[in-house]
Amino acid sequence: MTYIAKPKFHHPGLEKNALGFIHRDYEGKISTLCAGCGHDSITASIIEACFELSIEPHRVAKISGIGCSSKTPDYFLGNSHGFNSVHGRMPSVLTGANLANRDLIYLGVSGDGDSASIGFGQFAHSIRRGVNMAYIVENNGVYGLTKGQFSATADRGSKSKKGVVNTDNAIDLVAIALQLGATYVARSFSGDKSQLVPLIAGAIQHRGAAFIDVISPCIAFNNHAGSTKSFDYVREHNDAVNRLDVITGRDPITVDYAPGTVQIVEQHDGTKLALRKIDADYDPHDRLGAMTFLQKHAAKGQIVTGLLYVDPDAEDLHTHLNTVEAPLNRLDADALCPGSAALEKINASLR
Amino acid sequence: MPDKKPLSSVNDFVVRFANVNGSGSASANELFARAVLRHGVPVSPRNIFPSNIQGLPTWYEVRVTEEGHLGARGGVDMMVAMNPQTWDKDVAGIEPGGYLFYDSTKPMPSSKFRDDITVIGVPLTAIANSTYTDPRQRQLFKNIIYLGALCALFDMDPKLIEQLIGEQYKGKEKLLSSNVHALHLGRDWALQNLKCPIGLRIKKADKVGDRIFIEGNSAAALGAVYGGATVCAWYPITPSSSVAEAFTSHCQKLRHDPETGKAKYAIVQGEDELASIGIVIGASWNGARAFTATSGPGISLMTEFIGLSYFAEIPAVIMNIQRAGPSTGMPTRTQQCDIIACAYASHGDTKHVLLFPEDPAEAFEFAAAAFDLAERLQTVIFLMLDLDIGMNHRLSRPLKWDDSRQYDRGKIMTAEMLDEGRDFGRYLDVDGDGIPYRTYPGTHPTKGSFFTRGTSRDRYARYSEEGSVYADNMQRLVRKFETAQDLVPRPLQANAAKPTKYGVIYFGSTAPAMDEAIGLLEARGHQLDRMRIRAFPFHSSVASFIADHDFVYVVEQNRDGQLRQLIVNENGIDPVRLVPILHYDGTPITARFIANAIGDHQDHLKVTPLRKAVS
Ligand SMILES: Cc1ncc(C[n+]2csc(CCOP(=O)(O)OP(=O)(O)O)c2C)c(N)n1
Ligand code: SF4
Repeated sequence: MTYIAKPKFHHPGLEKNALGFIHRDYEGKISTLCAGCGHDSITASIIEACFELSIEPHRVAKISGIGCSSKTPDYFLGNSHGFNSVHGRMPSVLTGANLANRDLIYLGVSGDGDSASIGFGQFAHSIRRGVNMAYIVENNGVYGLTKGQFSATADRGSKSKKGVVNTDNAIDLVAIALQLGATYVARSFSGDKSQLVPLIAGAIQHRGAAFIDVISPCIAFNNHAGSTKSFDYVREHNDAVNRLDVITGRDPITVDYAPGTVQIVEQHDGTKLALRKIDADYDPHDRLGAMTFLQKHAAKGQIVTGLLYVDPDAEDLHTHLNTVEAPLNRLDADALCPGSAALEKINASLR
Repeated sequence: MPDKKPLSSVNDFVVRFANVNGSGSASANELFARAVLRHGVPVSPRNIFPSNIQGLPTWYEVRVTEEGHLGARGGVDMMVAMNPQTWDKDVAGIEPGGYLFYDSTKPMPSSKFRDDITVIGVPLTAIANSTYTDPRQRQLFKNIIYLGALCALFDMDPKLIEQLIGEQYKGKEKLLSSNVHALHLGRDWALQNLKCPIGLRIKKADKVGDRIFIEGNSAAALGAVYGGATVCAWYPITPSSSVAEAFTSHCQKLRHDPETGKAKYAIVQGEDELASIGIVIGASWNGARAFTATSGPGISLMTEFIGLSYFAEIPAVIMNIQRAGPSTGMPTRTQQCDIIACAYASHGDTKHVLLFPEDPAEAFEFAAAAFDLAERLQTVIFLMLDLDIGMNHRLSRPLKWDDSRQYDRGKIMTAEMLDEGRDFGRYLDVDGDGIPYRTYPGTHPTKGSFFTRGTSRDRYARYSEEGSVYADNMQRLVRKFETAQDLVPRPLQANAAKPTKYGVIYFGSTAPAMDEAIGLLEARGHQLDRMRIRAFPFHSSVASFIADHDFVYVVEQNRDGQLRQLIVNENGIDPVRLVPILHYDGTPITARFIANAIGDHQDHLKVTPLRKAVS
């Protein structure tokens, strides 16, 4: 048997959230990824964000493609339904699931191979349709599961473990998400939990297509000198635009007392994002500004992290399709079938 | 006077209109077919069109058939030759004694005609140009003018055509009156200048009854509405696009909440077929009824996901409107050529349920049933139409729905069942029919969640690559497929008038031609029992039917005898016992073709072998 169950042991003094859930309620199976894999840190941040938001774990649908990253939904929210679909096709499966039941929370987890290569089209189209989801790419610049080939997000000039230099240009998923109209766009680093947790929480709360690119070093194949997705490289080149907390309807769950100006961003559902701006000029409501900012820093070899763009009044695919409020999967024959009388009329019109 | 006696027939002939794609002839030609119907005379029309938008030749054929034969007949009794490009071929295709109708505005050399046909010239362009100034009007009304002339030639009641025009342009008085005017321009010219009527005539009858006139794609789409489909994801491809387009328009009329005006459906034009089937699978996984419509190349792209649907046991409905392959093949020509590709779609050991409707009524019924089957069996169901049924209007028995019918949502473990303590293993064969229970995402806070994956797992959905666990699962899938045999529509059998040692198997759009061919074969002295297969997996009666006959013809519209292969493969039948009758040039199979192919084979059997005769 290749799966490992977690022992069911509860400490009575564990911290509980607003719904009375403990951290363990947000965990899943024990990870089978390499020890130290950045993806496991992202899993931990997802668990933390869901805990902090007091989400009912079973109200989440976690959908992924194929790859080490796509395995991670098995390692969080064990009481929710997961779907490890086919390589690169998470976005379409998530779109369908979302159409069927608009009431659940949709968490899409993907890899850079998954989303920037085979699934590049699906990534783009789910974003442009405004599917209400938190789409997280665990970006390590390589194919982990198939052992170390360059992915399309590998920077030009970066080196593989074997010393091969990548001569292709990199795809920046954040830039593309911005261009395609994602209404919540962020980048973070798997090792920066204090930044990543609120970003994930914000994405979950956001109604519309939320995209987070998380640089997540692959210990096995992409954590060496010459890689631009290694722990060391990212720590040295990281430039955060803002730090943020998510304020739900209740009191803030975490309070950040660090210095700097605070900007409150109110989202459509009433959720507020409190942004601590590092760059005083940075305006996360300015899509064009975000694109320019990103490119300018990229040219300097800097990786900008933080919430780059948010549209608080975002709409989602259901709005565009004008679907009923009730989840489509709950409509029965009475609601859906026009009945024999209507069919008689149709017959009559065809004579 | 032609050197062959002009054909003469009442309510039984074939008119073919040769036009140029984009000339606006389609609606006039269809109006002709509908006008015949209004005379109480059945028609069977067929669109023959190129995969091009403008300029290339297109034909529309109307078989007028008081007998009600709905297959193509073959041969043309009157050619309305409006396309100079195809003139020679069109003239050559007329049956001896037939008629050629053409625009005589410009004189034609006599070498362009034939001596054994009747040539009828009407100066259509001249009439149109003298009445209209706008070039587009000249073009469009020319079509209505020839319709008017045909009305006189065939002795049709102009009132009935006026009525149809009235229905078509209801509320658009100007268009209505100008169309009626054009109709009479043509009719009056013909009455004054030609010998009307000719030998081919339409006489009022009462042979249409309460039948409806509908395209298979539209009927299938309506089946999806009635069957409770709420999610449709598709990518344009001929000849399937009109399924999604019809689903959209049916939903707009039938599926909006009267109070809020909101849609009780979601339709997404995917970025490709990969996304379309992905959306379907995601929606079905989450408990909605979902489908996609596509054609061969789309099926090719979907196969990876189809394998996932099979192995992870997620319902999905795929309507495959087949066209001629392989590859881009002939996109606007019909075939039944995706049988093998669909039956075994995807890598590894996979098998899928196929449904073969014969006409629009069955397309409607099977489409609705496909959603029940998909949820009952938790697997992909293919509705196998083809261009011939899908994109042509057919006379069909009226569509029927039983209001007491409830959807079969299959085996779903609810929160209550989980609370009762029912053991939930996503891939447990609780009832011995190979079908496990599933839970919808979000069902219960602590019970019933599971991880769906295309990777091997045990009965409790836990990832496992152990050989015995994998084999156990694969065996259960076989059991499930056996269960499917009794859930899918059964084959229909009809015995010959006299006892016979020979049988014929056919399916789908071949049916009308086959029905007619039986009569032609009987006239040649050949008796055949017949079986129309309506689904795969094959019911046990298919094997017994074959066992009961010395040999059985299998009639299909593809090169390789794909249904025959599937029967041989699935039932372990000696291929020699199944004689392939194959038609695959992209045109619909005709009764004449079937009767000739089977008839010739049967004649050979009657020839006593020489050796036997002398010994
Ligand atoms: C159609 C298809 N092609 C190829 C593969 C093999 N494959 C599995 S995972 C993977 C790449 C994974 O890379 P990424 O998405 O970056 O995830 P990581 O493992 O690096 O987290 C590939 C190519 C597959 N499963 N399916
Ligand atoms: S191979 Fe790389 S991406 Fe995969 S688990 Fe190991 S460290 Fe993580």
